[in-house]
Amino acid sequence: MTDAKYFTTTKKGEIFELKSELNSDKKEKKREAVKKVIASMTVGKDVSALFPDVVNCMQTDNLELKKLVYLYLMNYAKSQPDMAIMAVNTFVKDCEDPNPLIRALAVRTMGCIRVDKITEYLCEPLRKCLKDEDPYVRKTAAVCVAKLYDINAQLVEDQGFLDQLKDLLSDSNPMVVANAVAALSEINDSSPSGAPLVEMNAATINKLLTALNECTEWGQIFILDSLSNYNPKDEREAQSICERITPRLAHANAAVVLSAVKVLMKYMEIITDQEFVSVLTRKLAPPLVTLLSSEPEVQYVALRNINLIVQKRPDILKHEMKVFFVKYNDPIYVKLEKLDIMIRLASQANIAQVLSELKEYATEVDVDFVRKAVRAIGRCAIKVEQSAERCVATLLDLIQTKVNYVVQEAIVVIKDIFRKYPNKYESIISTLCENLDTLDEPEARASMIWIIGEYAERIDNADELLESFLEGFADENSQVQLQLLTAIVKLFLKRPADTQELVQQVLSLATQDSDNPDLRDRGFIYWRLLSTDPAAAKEVVLAEKPLISEETDLLEPTLLDELICHIASLASVYHKPPSAFVEGRSGLRKALPAKLAGETTTSEAPSSSSSSAPQVIPSQDSLIGDLLSMDINPPAVIQPAQPAPFGGGVDLLGGGLDALLDVGVGNTATAPPPAQAPMGGGLLGDIFGLAPSTTTYVAPKTLWLPAVKGKGLEISGTFIRKNGQISMEMTLTNRAMQAMSGFAIQFNKNSFGVIPAQPLQVPSPLTPNQSCDVSLLLNTSGPVQKMDPLNNLQVAIKNNIDVLYFAALIPLHVYFTEDGQMDKRIFLSTWKEIPTQNEVQYNLSNMTHNSDTVVQKMQQNNVFTIAKRNVEGQDMLYQSIKLTNNVWVLTEIKIPPGGSLFTLSVKSVTVDVAPGVYQAYENILRS
Amino acid sequence: MEKHWKSVISRSVCDYFFEEQKKITSPIDMPPVLATPHHYLITIFRCNMYFVAVCTTEVPPLFVIEFLHRVVDIFEDYFGECSETIIKEHYVIIFELLDEMLDNGFPLATESNILKELIKPPNILRTIANTVTGKSNVSCTLPSGQLSNIPWRRSGVKYANNEAYFDVIEEVDAIIDKSGSTVSAEIQGYVDCCIKLSGMPDLTMTFVNPRILDDVSFHPCVRFKRWESEKVLSFIPPDGNFRLISYHISSQSIVAIPIYLKHFISFREGRLDITVGPKQTMGRQVENVSVEVPMPKAVLNCTLVPSQGKYSYDPVSKVLQWDVGKIDPTKLPNIKGSISLQAGSAPIESNPAVNVNFTINQMAVSGLKVSRLDMYGEKYRPFKGVKYITKAGKFQIRL
Repeated sequence: MTDAKYFTTTKKGEIFELKSELNSDKKEKKREAVKKVIASMTVGKDVSALFPDVVNCMQTDNLELKKLVYLYLMNYAKSQPDMAIMAVNTFVKDCEDPNPLIRALAVRTMGCIRVDKITEYLCEPLRKCLKDEDPYVRKTAAVCVAKLYDINAQLVEDQGFLDQLKDLLSDSNPMVVANAVAALSEINDSSPSGAPLVEMNAATINKLLTALNECTEWGQIFILDSLSNYNPKDEREAQSICERITPRLAHANAAVVLSAVKVLMKYMEIITDQEFVSVLTRKLAPPLVTLLSSEPEVQYVALRNINLIVQKRPDILKHEMKVFFVKYNDPIYVKLEKLDIMIRLASQANIAQVLSELKEYATEVDVDFVRKAVRAIGRCAIKVEQSAERCVATLLDLIQTKVNYVVQEAIVVIKDIFRKYPNKYESIISTLCENLDTLDEPEARASMIWIIGEYAERIDNADELLESFLEGFADENSQVQLQLLTAIVKLFLKRPADTQELVQQVLSLATQDSDNPDLRDRGFIYWRLLSTDPAAAKEVVLAEKPLISEETDLLEPTLLDELICHIASLASVYHKPPSAFVEGRSGLRKALPAKLAGETTTSEAPSSSSSSAPQVIPSQDSLIGDLLSMDINPPAVIQPAQPAPFGGGVDLLGGGLDALLDVGVGNTATAPPPAQAPMGGGLLGDIFGLAPSTTTYVAPKTLWLPAVKGKGLEISGTFIRKNGQISMEMTLTNRAMQAMSGFAIQFNKNSFGVIPAQPLQVPSPLTPNQSCDVSLLLNTSGPVQKMDPLNNLQVAIKNNIDVLYFAALIPLHVYFTEDGQMDKRIFLSTWKEIPTQNEVQYNLSNMTHNSDTVVQKMQQNNVFTIAKRNVEGQDMLYQSIKLTNNVWVLTEIKIPPGGSLFTLSVKSVTVDVAPGVYQAYENILRS
Repeated sequence: MEKHWKSVISRSVCDYFFEEQKKITSPIDMPPVLATPHHYLITIFRCNMYFVAVCTTEVPPLFVIEFLHRVVDIFEDYFGECSETIIKEHYVIIFELLDEMLDNGFPLATESNILKELIKPPNILRTIANTVTGKSNVSCTLPSGQLSNIPWRRSGVKYANNEAYFDVIEEVDAIIDKSGSTVSAEIQGYVDCCIKLSGMPDLTMTFVNPRILDDVSFHPCVRFKRWESEKVLSFIPPDGNFRLISYHISSQSIVAIPIYLKHFISFREGRLDITVGPKQTMGRQVENVSVEVPMPKAVLNCTLVPSQGKYSYDPVSKVLQWDVGKIDPTKLPNIKGSISLQAGSAPIESNPAVNVNFTINQMAVSGLKVSRLDMYGEKYRPFKGVKYITKAGKFQIRL
């Protein structure tokens, strides 16, 4: 007699038969019938027609039967709301039952019935159960509040259940606490405002930590997850929480371990005690490794998370390379993840091991995996320069195996290696060429063609090889076609003598026979280039290529930080922030807490104050903290607190006064207060800055056009920025023997699109030996063309004698706009987004300034200080500049105490502006 | 079969799962987390069945995976094994179990001790008794242990013979390369217990060399503080079978490899010759040895002569299985013979990796040793026993 029989009824009139059985007088028969109903329900049959009959069975003393009926109710109550009302009475009665099991069961089931009418009746019993003497009932009731919130949030808030739930946090029973935490965190997550309904404070945290030791593993997960949402108020608190959590790392339940890792990873950001951090780091490695010996599903999730952790803190697992070695019977999803992590961990120390492993994998059976392994070898070569030679040798070995897909994959990665280390491994080209015929995948073919084109001068029969590709040109993938076109043009430029025919052939194929607009365009461009200016063509086609980056698929740091907050969650598996894929999740994004906890932690809400309002900067410590973690080589020991002068109080005062001053003088609405000048300096600075109107630094006039070249007209001048406008100040002197008149001016296209905003007004006639000063307003709405140097401006001046040409250099600072103050947050993220190779360093020597005068001086020239901090006695200033063409420039100045040698780092998306910015600093600070 | 804990989700959500299933070649390759437009499917594959959890919100996937594994553990515990027929046969109990284990997505009781008090496991006697008396196997009273501070143990346990058995099991995971040198080797160890003690016994277990254990996960009953300070396992055990600790000895320490393989395999000549021998076994006998060689697709058949044991070759899955049995160090087991390849197949470049299984009794390969076991809190004198076993975990040798 087993339950399987319930599944087998296939008779006609089944429902009818069940109905009569349900109404039978015999208890035994009734129970069997209910079981059959449930069986049909679970396999997806619709038995909702039996609703009244089943509900009739509800009033029974038999617990098993009761459970089954409740099960049925949960499934069908929604479809039969009117009928479900019938059940309410029994529920209410059951909630009073002397048996706590039945009380709990009733509350639990009622919460699962999602019918509005029933929820109304639920409130009273639920309130009672939340105060029930039996903890089993209380914990069930706590969960029920969360269910109710899902159905009707307003009701829960109105009825004060949330407060009752909060009270449960201090319950004597740890299970009740754990469930209350779980319920609260679910409610917080789903709350429409996105703001947590229940704030955590030190007291609740303490209760949670106490409960953590006593409750079940699942409760521990909930508690750990809510701990991870808490921002400790200072470092000490973070340390003590960490200490109490570390034992969880030894838990047998993988989910507990990973949740604990999450909390630790997050809190480690706050802790500045390096020793403490390194102890924690050492403790983190073993549990992570242990996760990899559990079930494959657990391994997969663990690996995805380790991938994040390794990116954030590579030290944790740097000695554990071996555990990521692939076993041949791992599921494919585990293999691929392991491979990814192996590459991330690869370093000079372990590269030999990694390579021999990768070589092993390349002979496996699974094609996808083999391909990825071959690719991995290439990535190692690019990442660890010392190993490149060995990697290339390994790849050559693999090519010798002649396994088709291995060869193709190898050629694709070798192309990347060539790009990274040009002119180093060309000796292997001949081996590559041997395999030309076997390549059938577009990517491999394109790569091979690229190689031939790139090294055409060393491959004797390059023309023959490319010609052979050309035969089937029309059938090729567009990627290959494009590559072939470029390669042949390269070949032609290198060996023009014997390849003219070939290049004509490919150009005509590309421009006349192809439907692909990209290909046609490229063809035409080459054609025109070659026909008009072969030298230019050479410059364009054979130009130096930008370096390829080492790690291709690193997550960007802000996303990584956000994901670190979501370790152990789905987000960490997808490597996407939850807002990107969880429905109905409004904006609340988690951010890692800032290092160096001063008085406040990062506030979650972005400050929305407009730029014209006086901005007090209460949380610069957070900015400074994050700046520390950027790639500017943070010093080993970070001072735990800000030195007094830069504390919040003074800053508030300074900012406030500055703001007052702004209003009082009423001159510039846009000038924000200097970020941090101690009071006196700031005040003075502003008075100086504001007194004469807002003229920025003025460079002395230089001679632009000597009289000899200007047919008697001599022009000297400079550029200034005044009241938000650029103008050109010129002195025109007539050194000729005759009067001049009919002046007009025109600019050539230039980098910033500068054009005259008004006609040139020179008193005419300009008599011999007379000179006059002219001010010409400019604007930047003209056509743009990049000049070399960047700030070069070609000017044409016409008068009655001739048209005269000259060039002038516009100092970059006149392009600095008044609205160049960047929000701190944006500054921070922008700084991180700009790759390090875009950072340029300069030395400013013989400076007589201190940080305050620098702030003030630069501010007058629209260079805004975002933050300032003091590291080991050195002042660091972070400043932002916005150019008229909306290019942002971020700078960092290191000012040693009493020293005269400042270090300036300039970071911008367009590196070209860096020299100009440096020049501007130099000029302004020396003026 | 489906069970909903929150709002009802249509079955059609599984279609995404089945679609994915069609794409994969081997059932173990099913990705554990699938995203569908509105739900997330978290899957485990055990006992040749998929257990799929459907979630609507962001959850820790490990939490779900662990829970699913726990569910299967409980099923196995209740019914002896877990298979499609077993689940169908006991679906009522299964439903009751699931109901007790999870509420609104929050796990309730997952300790089999407690569940067994709530819902009695099936046995023939009780089924008959229930039919006669009309009783059910659902308990009407709340289990006592559920909310106490030691939720894993029920109160009022009584045994006539008080016994406590401990098995120290160590699995060697290793990759050995062609030349016989170790690529990676680590030990995954467990202490599994079978405790049948009356009342509330409080046990302490001390090891001769606890320093070996640097990476340990404990059953919740173990007092972590004492382990930290004294390296002593102190605990009030659950009743019955459970895993007290599991530990991991990482690849950084030197792991003794108890077995070696001498091999020659050449597909070109169609010849295979494998000899197995003991290596570092501390004088213990290596038993239950078996060797599994997954052959390349082109291998049609193998004609081999083993010096001992039996071999079989499955031409469908292309796996050569050689059950060796015990290793006699004076006469090493050997298997040799010829391999026949499909005519005209391309030459095989890649060499297979061999899976080796073995058991060594009375030895823990890490050298871990229990020094003493004490009991406090109860007056009787229990019978205590400790057993050591070393097994092959994922023990692979690349040919």
